[in-house]
Amino acid sequence: MSTEITTDVVVIGAGPCGLFAAFELGLLDIKCHFIDILDRQGGQCAELYPEKPIYDIPGFPMVTGQQLTDNLMAQIAPFAPEFHFSRMVNSIEKLEDGSFKLQTDADETFYTKVVVIAAGGGSFQPKRPPVPEIEQFENKSVFYAVRRIEDFRGQDVVIVGGGDSALDWTLNLQPIVRTLTLVHRRDAFKAAPASVNKMKELVADGKVNFQLGQIAKLDGENGQINHVHLTTDAGDLSIPATRLLPFFGLTMKLGPVADWGLELNDNTIVVDTEKFQTSVPGIFAIGDINYYPGKLKLILSGFHEAALMAQAAKAIISPGERVVFQYTTSSTKLQKKLGVA
Amino acid sequence: MKITVTDQAGEVHELEGLEGWRVMEVIRDWGLNIKAECGGALSCATCHCYVDSEWLDAVGAPSDEEEDMLDSVGDVKSNSRLSCQILCSDALDGLKLTLAGSASKDT
Repeated sequence: MSTEITTDVVVIGAGPCGLFAAFELGLLDIKCHFIDILDRQGGQCAELYPEKPIYDIPGFPMVTGQQLTDNLMAQIAPFAPEFHFSRMVNSIEKLEDGSFKLQTDADETFYTKVVVIAAGGGSFQPKRPPVPEIEQFENKSVFYAVRRIEDFRGQDVVIVGGGDSALDWTLNLQPIVRTLTLVHRRDAFKAAPASVNKMKELVADGKVNFQLGQIAKLDGENGQINHVHLTTDAGDLSIPATRLLPFFGLTMKLGPVADWGLELNDNTIVVDTEKFQTSVPGIFAIGDINYYPGKLKLILSGFHEAALMAQAAKAIISPGERVVFQYTTSSTKLQKKLGVA
Repeated sequence: MKITVTDQAGEVHELEGLEGWRVMEVIRDWGLNIKAECGGALSCATCHCYVDSEWLDAVGAPSDEEEDMLDSVGDVKSNSRLSCQILCSDALDGLKLTLAGSASKDT
C-alpha cells in the first residue's frame, strides 16, 4: 500500500552528518524524516567500521563508529526524528510551489519543503563480481539477496562467498534446491563457526558441494544462466547452474542521485559554502557526498555543514521569521527543546 | 621513494611516495582509479592490488584480517594485497604493483 508523508525536511542518509543535521534542525523547531538504504542508522560508521576507533571527532580522543552513532542518536532523541530504513529514494520532483515530492522504492511518497542529501559515498549496494556480462542475468537467475525462497526451489544453485550470508543461505536453501554448490576462494570462512561446521557436515553427507575457486564466467541466454565457470588451482571448472548467489558484501554507489539534475563533480554534489545548497534551491548536500573547493571528507566538516545548512533551511521553511542565534549553554528556550530546562 | 603502479587500463604511473604513507593514500592522492572507500580502516577491499612477484617478499604476507577482507572481492590472486596495508618505506623504494579491477571507482 502506498503511503504519503508530509514533512519539513527529508534527510537522505542516516550517517553521522545526517543524524547531526536533525539536531541543528531540531533546535530551529524543524522536524525531519530520514530515509536510508541500510536497515539501521550510522551509515559507514555502522556498516563499514562499527568497531574501528575514530580519533578525530572534536572532544572525543577516541570513539568507535558505533559509539559515535549511539551518542548522536541520544543527542537527537529530544527531537524524535522518524526513520525509514531499507529503502532508497528513486526520484525527486520539484513542485510548482518550490517544495519537493520524493518517491521511494518502498512505494512511499514524501512531500517536503527541504531535502538534505547526506548520503556519504552514495547508497550501499551489493558488490558485483568481476564477471563479464553478469548484468544481463541479474534479477533473473543471478541474485544478490534471497527475496523469495520459492525462486530457488528445485534449482541448481551456486552460492559464492565465505561470510555469514553465503553460509546462512547455503544452510537455508539446501533442503529445497536440487543441487547446491558453495564456492569460496579458500578453505577458511569468516562466518559463525556453528554455520561453518553445519556446512561441513552437509558436505560430508554429500548434500552440498564445496568448491575452492573463483567465479570467472557465466553461460546462458535470455537472462537464464546454465553454467558457472570457475578458476581453480586445478584449472578451469564448469558447473551446471540455474541460480547464482554471489555474496561479496556491499559497496557504495552514487545511485539515483546522479539523475536528480544536480550539478556534480566526480560523483559528488557541488554546493556553496554559505548554505551548502546544491544547484537546485531547497536541496542541500552535507557530508562526504558534497563538493566545494577545499572540501575535506571528515565527519567534523559534515557537522559544520549541517549547522549552516539548518539556518538556510529555516529561512525556506519559515520565510520571514526572525531567527535569533542562541547557544545551548545559555538559552533556556533551547534547553527546553532539549528537555533539560 | 617511488612506486610504480599499473592501472586497470594498463597505463603505468611512477608515483612519489612519502615514508609512512599508506600505498593506497599515495595512489589516491595521485588521482588514479582507486575507490578505497573505507579510507584505510581495513573494512573493505576496494584498494585491492597485485604486488609484482619480485616485491612479494619485501612486502610480506597479508594479515588474517586482510585475508578476511579479500574474501569480499572476486578477483583474488596469490599476490593480492590491500594497498592500504602496505606502508611506504625506503625498503620498498621501487615497489611495483597493479591495481585490481575490484579497486575501480565504479566497482
